[in-house]
Amino acid sequence: MKIIVCIKQVPDSEAKVVAADGKASWGDAPLVINPFDEYAVEGALQQKEAQGGEVIALCLGPETAKEALKHALAMGSDSAILVSDPALGAVDSQGAAKLLAAAIPKIGGVEMVVFGRQTLDDGTGLTIAQTARVLGWPLLSFAGAIKVDGGKATVERVFEEGKQTISASLPAVVSVVQSIGEPRYPSFMGIRKASKAVIPQWSLADLGVTAPTPVVTRAALDNPPSRDVTCEIITGETPAQIAEALAEKILAEKVL
Amino acid sequence: MKTWVYIDHFNGEVVPASWEALGVGKSFGPVSALVFGKGVDAVAQAAFEFGADEVIVADDAALADFRAEAFAATLTALAAASAPDLILLPTTTRTRELSAMSAIDLNTGVLVDVTVLEDNGGQILATRPVYEGKLLEKTVCAAKPQFVTLRARAFPKPAREAGRSGALSKAAAQTAALTSVEGYTASESSVNLADASVVIAGGRGVSNNPSLGLDEKATAEKGFQIVGELASVLGGAVGATRAVVDAGFIPYAHQVGQTGKVVSPDLYIGVGVSGAIQHIVGMRTAKLIVAVNKDAEAPIFKVARYGVVGDLFQVLPALTEAFKKKLGK
Repeated sequence: MKIIVCIKQVPDSEAKVVAADGKASWGDAPLVINPFDEYAVEGALQQKEAQGGEVIALCLGPETAKEALKHALAMGSDSAILVSDPALGAVDSQGAAKLLAAAIPKIGGVEMVVFGRQTLDDGTGLTIAQTARVLGWPLLSFAGAIKVDGGKATVERVFEEGKQTISASLPAVVSVVQSIGEPRYPSFMGIRKASKAVIPQWSLADLGVTAPTPVVTRAALDNPPSRDVTCEIITGETPAQIAEALAEKILAEKVL
Repeated sequence: MKTWVYIDHFNGEVVPASWEALGVGKSFGPVSALVFGKGVDAVAQAAFEFGADEVIVADDAALADFRAEAFAATLTALAAASAPDLILLPTTTRTRELSAMSAIDLNTGVLVDVTVLEDNGGQILATRPVYEGKLLEKTVCAAKPQFVTLRARAFPKPAREAGRSGALSKAAAQTAALTSVEGYTASESSVNLADASVVIAGGRGVSNNPSLGLDEKATAEKGFQIVGELASVLGGAVGATRAVVDAGFIPYAHQVGQTGKVVSPDLYIGVGVSGAIQHIVGMRTAKLIVAVNKDAEAPIFKVARYGVVGDLFQVLPALTEAFKKKLGK
């Protein structure tokens, strides 16, 4: 089975991100593979192990995003492709979906496209469903487990109200949640292979498309109003006294 | 501005943020509510009672289960025929897919997870948290209809007026779907964290307390029982950190933080929660944050308004008792 895993590069979760002149800045904090996408790579590799085939990591982003693709390679992906073009400015979710949906048929013979459920940057979480819509493929979202049998994929969908078993014919778009399993660590061999990998870069011309015009655009980017809290430590002789004082404080805040 | 509000429900159980969206819609003028499903008369009636002037119902066996393709096609067909300016939805796993797909069909866009909404002469300026809430982005959608999903608890819920009615119209369902629903197991927890006004979250400290002389699993069981008792007295939901979820002490549905739910309750109490950034990003917009932790240096005290440095196994039962008395329960 030929599986594509779509990944994105984001600032590390520990990074202090601030807005400056309408742009996000994270100083010299590292850019990493989006943490949810590591679960997507894990899910894709599990399917390859169960079914045979290959895993191709696909990323839309600037050239620096090759580092995130190398992480996917080090985890065990067979190859990687970066879609990148200087003509691409801000791309909204619709645009990203159209670009991915142009790259996927170009790869050819793909039976499953796997995404992480969301990104930890300024992503919208819309691109997954929109890619499925543009491709006209079924969407099996929030999968905590995936089983493929005879051209059909069945997933356990984990959502607010519980779990569903849902199925669809392949090819399909799948998004995974963390119960798919802890992402494996890159192996020593994997890291060596990734460090030597030459990652092909596809331009808009390679995909045969022009830069999509964004429908959704940013009007402003601001730092949130600062929340200066000083913690008042409640003390007392006994747990009952502490509890009494704390309950008084909470009730006085009128949040109940 | 012609405004539609999509009422999201699961098996007839309406997601409360749908009513919040209805309230926002009403602030722009008359509102039509959309109700899709099978046997949804009660949902349609509730939509009138929460303020809808018109309710458009697509009632069809093919819509009994949420399947994104069929729901999106139904919404797309309706919007293509009536050209609304604005379609508001609560932010849920379902509406994210529904709006995403319908926006592709209609060549427009979606402003997601919005916490503040302004109307600039028919163009919506929507604020949403990005980079895990570290920044706020204002976005606009250049095409129509403008899809906007609203974050739960960011807008007030309108009052319900029993017996209120309005114009009910039936719409055709588009039934072609690419997926089949083969089974369903209800969530073990009945409370939806995102809609809870009080969240009591347990962390490592709930399972790690050598003074009890129990193993970790038994400690966690007792710990979450104590957490649950306080939650029950305050009418709140039980949350958890990733550490205790990963350890298998409580189901994933309870997880708050980066890889779990983002909550915005009026009151958040973290017990035995150290306050790793991955947890903080999931609860920092709570109105009042309270922390109980044995370690005075725990980072959670940096975001908390009130703190107790002490053993949760002693402090929490006492706090539950104190609230029982004060709240007359």
